[in-house]
Amino acid sequence: MARWGTDPHAELPSDPDVAARPSRPLHLRPSSWAWVFGGGVLGTALRYYGEVLLPHDGAAWPWATFSINLLGAFVLGALLEALARLGDDSGWRLRARLFAGTGGCGAFTTYSTFALETVSLTRGGHVGTAVAYGLVSVVGGVVTAWLGIVVASAVRRRRVAS
Amino acid sequence: MIVALTLFAGALGAVARFTLDSAVKRRWQTAFPWATVIINVTGSLALGLLAGAVLFGGQPAAWQTVLGTGFCGGYTTFSTASFETVRLVQQGRPGLALANALGSLALSVGACAVGLAAAWAL
Repeated sequence: MARWGTDPHAELPSDPDVAARPSRPLHLRPSSWAWVFGGGVLGTALRYYGEVLLPHDGAAWPWATFSINLLGAFVLGALLEALARLGDDSGWRLRARLFAGTGGCGAFTTYSTFALETVSLTRGGHVGTAVAYGLVSVVGGVVTAWLGIVVASAVRRRRVAS
Repeated sequence: MIVALTLFAGALGAVARFTLDSAVKRRWQTAFPWATVIINVTGSLALGLLAGAVLFGGQPAAWQTVLGTGFCGGYTTFSTASFETVRLVQQGRPGLALANALGSLALSVGACAVGLAAAWAL
């Protein structure tokens, strides 16, 4: 009956059988998008300037993408392990995961540029470099992500012990 | 201007990845991280097409910077792929971990080559 004036109890549900505020899944909330977007800007900016600093010439080892991917895998491993040890995935920890993890590390590291560089090396006849780059990156990413997890768990353990 | 557009496109790519990844994981709960594989393979295919359009089609290189370095770069992710491989090892699934690591590599590089070849053929 809105036409009789403003609803003095707008906070109440119109039907008590329906939840007043049905909670949307996390990935459909504008606030989640905002945190991922903010981290995405930061991650893309760091990668963009890294690639500008050390551009790939199509023949040599792609150092910029290689370093970015390994560093990002390490940071993501450390971040997710630290957040999991600090408490459940809610509140500031959830926002930190969306901003720094999903947005930041996710956009900082890249699989598409990594794939294109591998293809470019192959096209240029540098097949050995291409195969080595692909395999060393994938193995290196797994090792650095695991190292990040180990470092984050060691730091927490030391703090608990002291 | 190109830099601002690249950062904006990269952030949009990250949001697209987050939304698609969560939607796939909600619908199909599997031990194998299919969502990240699909994202990395489709993003690599798109970057191959873009790079080919610039290389063979004479399209402006700014397209590859904004949509390639920006959107595809933010959309695909190496860190999550690596992390998920470690988690599979920790969960006692070394076979799936190996399949994820090598499968993602082969499929993404293959998709990128297909995109590049398709742009050359067109």
